[in-house]
Amino acid sequence: MSKRKPYQREMNNDWWLKNAFYSKYMIREGSSILITVYSLILAWGVFRLSQGEEAFNAWLSALQHPISIIFHLLVLLIALYHTITWFSLAPKAVDLYIKGKPLDAKFIVAGHYISFIIVTIFCLVLIML
Amino acid sequence: MSAQTMPTQQAVSDKVIEVEILRYRPEQDEKPFPQLFEVPYSPDMSILEALQYIKDHLDSTVSFRWSCRMAICGSCGLMVNNVPKLGCKAFLRDYYPQKIKLEALANFPIERDLVVDMGDFIKKLEEIKPYIIPATDDKCLSEGTYKQTPEQMEKYKQYSMCINCGLCYAACPQYGLDSKFTGPAALALLARYNRDSRDAGSAERMKIVNQEEGVWSCTFVGYCSVVCPKGVDPAAAIQLLKVESSKDYLIGMFKPD
Amino acid sequence: MNAQQTTTNQLPEKKYIRSHEPIFWGLFGAGGMLTAFLTPVMVLVTGLLIPLGLIDAEHLSYEKLHQFVSSWYGAPIVLVLVALPLWHTLHRIFHSLHDLGIKRGRDWQQVICYGFAFAVSVFVFTLLLQMLSL
Repeated sequence: MSKRKPYQREMNNDWWLKNAFYSKYMIREGSSILITVYSLILAWGVFRLSQGEEAFNAWLSALQHPISIIFHLLVLLIALYHTITWFSLAPKAVDLYIKGKPLDAKFIVAGHYISFIIVTIFCLVLIML
Repeated sequence: MSAQTMPTQQAVSDKVIEVEILRYRPEQDEKPFPQLFEVPYSPDMSILEALQYIKDHLDSTVSFRWSCRMAICGSCGLMVNNVPKLGCKAFLRDYYPQKIKLEALANFPIERDLVVDMGDFIKKLEEIKPYIIPATDDKCLSEGTYKQTPEQMEKYKQYSMCINCGLCYAACPQYGLDSKFTGPAALALLARYNRDSRDAGSAERMKIVNQEEGVWSCTFVGYCSVVCPKGVDPAAAIQLLKVESSKDYLIGMFKPD
Repeated sequence: MNAQQTTTNQLPEKKYIRSHEPIFWGLFGAGGMLTAFLTPVMVLVTGLLIPLGLIDAEHLSYEKLHQFVSSWYGAPIVLVLVALPLWHTLHRIFHSLHDLGIKRGRDWQQVICYGFAFAVSVFVFTLLLQMLSL
C-alpha cells in the first residue's frame, strides 16, 4: 500500500506581502484604483463642461482644493510608477530581429523613454498655445 | 569531485551557518515543521552541498532531489528564503551570516521534506504537444534532414533551453491560485515548437493557448522570468503568445471553424 | 490514486474552450499604453499646473475647451483620453480581485468591472455627442 500523502500548502490572501517582487506587482495593479478615480474626475469635467461656463469654472476651482492637489500629486506618482513598469516589461512583447539577432531590450526601453519625454513636452507646449 | 585541490581557506574554518529545513515525513507528520541544522560555512559551498553535508553528517533522513550538480538536470529546485532557486546554483556566501530557510518548491504538493510532487507539471508539459508536428504531406525520411537557417533557429532557441526544474511554477502566483493554468514552462515550451520553422502544429497548439487556462490566466507578474536559471524568459513567451492568440481570435471571428 | 498511470496512458483528445479575453486584453493594452505615455502629463496639467496657477488657467478656459471638445477632431480625442484608461484599470481591478482570493461570483465581478468602464464610456460619449457642433 502506498504511504504517499502529499501535503498541499495553503496560499493565503496576503501572499503578495511576503515577497517584495509580488508587493511591487500589486502596487502596479493597484495603481489602477487611483487612475480610475482620475478618469472619473475628467469624465465629471466633461459633464460640467456640457452644463455651461459656470459649472465648468466650479469644476476648475474644485481642483484647487488642497485635497485635490494632494490627490493629483499621488496620482502623478502612481501613474509614473505605471509608466516605469509598463516600459520595463515592453521588451517582452516585442518580437523583432535584426540580422537574425533579437533586438536588445535596452534599446526598446530607451526608445519608450525618449518617446515619453517627447510626448510629454509636446503636450505641455500644445496646452500653452 | 575534481582532482583540483580547494583553496586553503576551506581548511579549518570554525564559521557556521544555520540552515533551517521545512521537514515533512508523510508517514508520521500531519503537517510540515521547521528543523534547524548548523553547517560548517565555506564561501564556495552551494546549498545543495550544504544539504549533502546535513544528510551525511547530521540527519540521514532528510530527503531532497539532486543529480548533476551543475544546473542542467533541473532536479534540485527548492525555496531558499522564499525564493525559488536551484540548490546547486545558490551559494552559502550570498546568505552568510544570515540563517538560510529551505522549503520545498512553492505551489507544488510536498511529497517529503524538500521533494515535491511534480505530476501536474509533467502532465502540462505533455499536454502542449512538445514535439515537432510536420506538415502532413511532408518529405520522406530518406530525403534527408530539415534545413534551418541560424535566423530561423534564433526564433525559438531561447525557449528550448528549459530544464523543467519547475522554479517558474513556484514563482507564479497565478499557478498557485489556480493550478488549472497551463503555466510558464509549458507555455514557453509550446512557444518553442510554434516558433520552429520545421513545425506545422501551431493550429493544434493554439487551441491550448486560446483557453482561459492557456495564456489568459497570466497577469504578467513576470517573476517566472526572474527566477529562471536558464534565461528562458517564459513571461516573454506568454506575452508573444497572447498577441498570437489575439490574432487567432480576430481571424476566428471572421472565419469560424 | 495512481498518478503514474494517467501520464503513461494515451492522452484523450481534450475539448478546448476559447476565451474571449483577447477583446478585453486588447482594450487593456491600448489603455495601458495611453496611460503610460499620457496620464502623467495629463495629471500634471489638469491636477497640478493649472490649479496651482503655474500655467495660466486661460489655457484650459471654458471657451477654449468647449470649442475643442465640440469639434469633429476634439471629441474623439477627449473620449479616448477619458474613457480608454478605464478599460485598462478595470481590467486590472478585475484580475486583482482574483489575486486577492475573491473567487466568488467571478461572472458578476466581470460584468460589474467591464460594465463600469462601458457605462462611463457611454456617459462621456453621450455628453460629447450633445456638445458636438458640425
